Amino acid sequence: MNVFWHSSVTGPIIGVLWSFVIATTVAVLLSFTTGDAFRPGLIGCLFMGGFAGIMAVQPVSRVLVAACAAILAVAFSYTAVSPVHVAGNVGHGGHWAAGIAFGIGLAWPVRVMFDGCPKGVLGRHEWEAAVIRFLTGVGYIFFTAAVAIPFYVMVMTSLKTQGELIANPLDFSIDFNRGWELLRSYEELFRDFNFGRYMWTSFYISVLTVLITLLFSIPGAYAVARLRFKGQKGLSRSILLIYMVPMIVLALPIYIAFSMTGLRNSIIGIVMIYPVTTIPVALYMLQGYFRGLPAEVEEAGLMDGLGRLQVIWKITLPLSLPALASVSLYVFMIAWNEFLLAFMLLDDPSKFTLTRGIASLNSSEIPRQHLMAGAVIATVPVMVMFLGLEKFMTRGLTAGSVKG
Amino acid sequence: MTITVPPKGIGPLARREARLAWGLLLPTLISVMLVVILPLLAIIWISFKPVTLADLRTAEPIIREDLRDADEAKPYIRYRIRNSSRSDPIFNVVFSDVVPEGVTLLSTPDGCDLDGAVLTCDLGDLEPGGRITLEVPVTLEEGGAIKDGTAPAITGSAQNVLTNGEFTLANFIAIFDAREFWTVVGTTLFYTVVGTLGALIVGLFAALLLNKSFPGQGLLRGLYLFPYVAPVIAVAFSWVILFDPFSGSVNALLIQMGVTEQAINFFGERPLALIMVTVFEIWRYFPLSFLFILARMQSIDTDMYEAADVDGASPFQKFRYLSLPMLMGILSVLFLLRFIWTFNKFDDIFLLTGGNAGTRTLTVNVYEQAFALSNIGAGAAVAVIILMCLLTFSWFFFRFMSKEEGL
Repeated sequence: MNVFWHSSVTGPIIGVLWSFVIATTVAVLLSFTTGDAFRPGLIGCLFMGGFAGIMAVQPVSRVLVAACAAILAVAFSYTAVSPVHVAGNVGHGGHWAAGIAFGIGLAWPVRVMFDGCPKGVLGRHEWEAAVIRFLTGVGYIFFTAAVAIPFYVMVMTSLKTQGELIANPLDFSIDFNRGWELLRSYEELFRDFNFGRYMWTSFYISVLTVLITLLFSIPGAYAVARLRFKGQKGLSRSILLIYMVPMIVLALPIYIAFSMTGLRNSIIGIVMIYPVTTIPVALYMLQGYFRGLPAEVEEAGLMDGLGRLQVIWKITLPLSLPALASVSLYVFMIAWNEFLLAFMLLDDPSKFTLTRGIASLNSSEIPRQHLMAGAVIATVPVMVMFLGLEKFMTRGLTAGSVKG
Repeated sequence: MTITVPPKGIGPLARREARLAWGLLLPTLISVMLVVILPLLAIIWISFKPVTLADLRTAEPIIREDLRDADEAKPYIRYRIRNSSRSDPIFNVVFSDVVPEGVTLLSTPDGCDLDGAVLTCDLGDLEPGGRITLEVPVTLEEGGAIKDGTAPAITGSAQNVLTNGEFTLANFIAIFDAREFWTVVGTTLFYTVVGTLGALIVGLFAALLLNKSFPGQGLLRGLYLFPYVAPVIAVAFSWVILFDPFSGSVNALLIQMGVTEQAINFFGERPLALIMVTVFEIWRYFPLSFLFILARMQSIDTDMYEAADVDGASPFQKFRYLSLPMLMGILSVLFLLRFIWTFNKFDDIFLLTGGNAGTRTLTVNVYEQAFALSNIGAGAAVAVIILMCLLTFSWFFFRFMSKEEGL
């Protein structure tokens, strides 16, 4: 066991693991940015990782180690034992880029991981700190790649032409020389596929949903949070219970009822249904916030002769503006993203919401850059809203323990 | 000296307050009743009914009227009536029409009465798919153009499968007998358990990563929430395109790196599709667990960690013996909630695979039975089975929640 704690064992093990991570990252990154062929190599990784691991605890400056690793990696990239194999048709630039990126990406972080570690047997704290730094590094790369790649693919695909997509699926670069031509899919969506109208429909349905939801849930939440009555507890529980009914189970009878009453295929039907799916969430979020407000302020209002409703309007609501903002944003997001009900209830292209419109693009006759452009159009408003008002959104998400 | 006792029972003020509370809650309760409770009752009702998609349209009598005077020896008005349904009869079909000016009826057919200019006919019952043609001989006024301003009105009563007294267990029998039912249950269990645990563990890991402040932390946190806030339809289609067997980037990359020789059909092969769908679920919902766990982590008192430092605890020990016990509450609540919601998940799988290649869960089965196979009764039966499972889950949930308050 003692051997395992030794810096000349731990160092190379972490070094080798990290070199696999870095080699894969560099290969994928270069493949995607240039469209050329790069792939990680086993033997090179083992060797370079071991070297970086051993050097990590030597009293040599980081810059020197990183430079050495970079030079070695560039040199190796011309041999069969390269950590990052470069295809034969790629010029020296590819070799240099791969080698330098790999060398620095390997040696520098490994050196940082073993900061403060002595040569020889490592203490428990030092060893664990090194492992944690290693895991942190892997985590950042893993999560960032996992989240960013699908979104990048979405944007990138929407900017390409059919020919480019088929010619090289690996090429993730965007050719900015095409200028406005890049946005052709978007232009066609707005011109030929009515996406401007879908967007508008989605927008006003979402806004109406927010308004109706607030109208219903504010008094309800206030009653549950502040007023004493029998069945208060049971009620707030049954609100939670509604969270647990799957949408598809509700959608089936709603579909039947709407078919029979002629509400199917109408915006009114959608506006009637959406708020009901969001009212429980909003009510739950708001009552949590109302409970946190000091009751004394309201009591003072009551003493001064305001009625309950006036208290809600003049005292509680102004105090809970931040919560109202979170709830509105959150409800807007749910309504904007809603797919299932729109898909089942709307058949008439003139009444489509944005998500329903995108679903209609999913056919073999429509090129997929259109589909992805549609996806971008639906995603961007939510993202902008989300990034701009991140604080409200995160608070809303955590407060509502949101259905998804 | 008198002893003062607090008033007992409900005073008038308390009663007023309760009245106000119910008043404030009324709109919400009514709307929830209409859109949640009623449909749930409806679906239980339907699950015992032999209903197909075609039955949703009630049988109606349809009438056409035309005046035949051009090539005929004698002009006549023709009424053609048919039953719109091929399966349900219509009873007591009656139609009435105003005879246009300038037209005189020579005779009235059986069952018809002429009252002034109004012709009323009682046609009795109309069989499924039945047709009746009535010809009423007329004389026309010479020279005048004949204008028929009124369309004939027709009424009849048809029984709807949804509302009649016919019940059957056939839906449930068919569902349980179907060979793939237990496969569907197995798929659902795998998807739910692995998806929930995966999202929790990945979320915990992400929360650990971001539970320190460094420049760009806010940005990364925002980025890691993207999968959750983006519309499901957008991200699902991006995944489909990314993993496309013919022109997807992932396949191109794997082939180039020498991992596989042939393109892999990620969403079309049997065990792989289910795994991919589950991975998508983890990818899309880890942000939620991450957000909750991070919020909880940041509310843990730092004093405890300082004390642990003084006692010489190592980082792993601090995580194992301090953070994890403190997080246990939120982790278990999240597990239960996510378990139920993953169990309910429909759109993700529907968009990724359409329930093909061994990814049909119970919820997808509802859609499949009701719409793809047009058997609404069977779909409702599956929905009832889902509701049963959910009742059990939520019983667990509330038993647990009463101890683990919060959230």
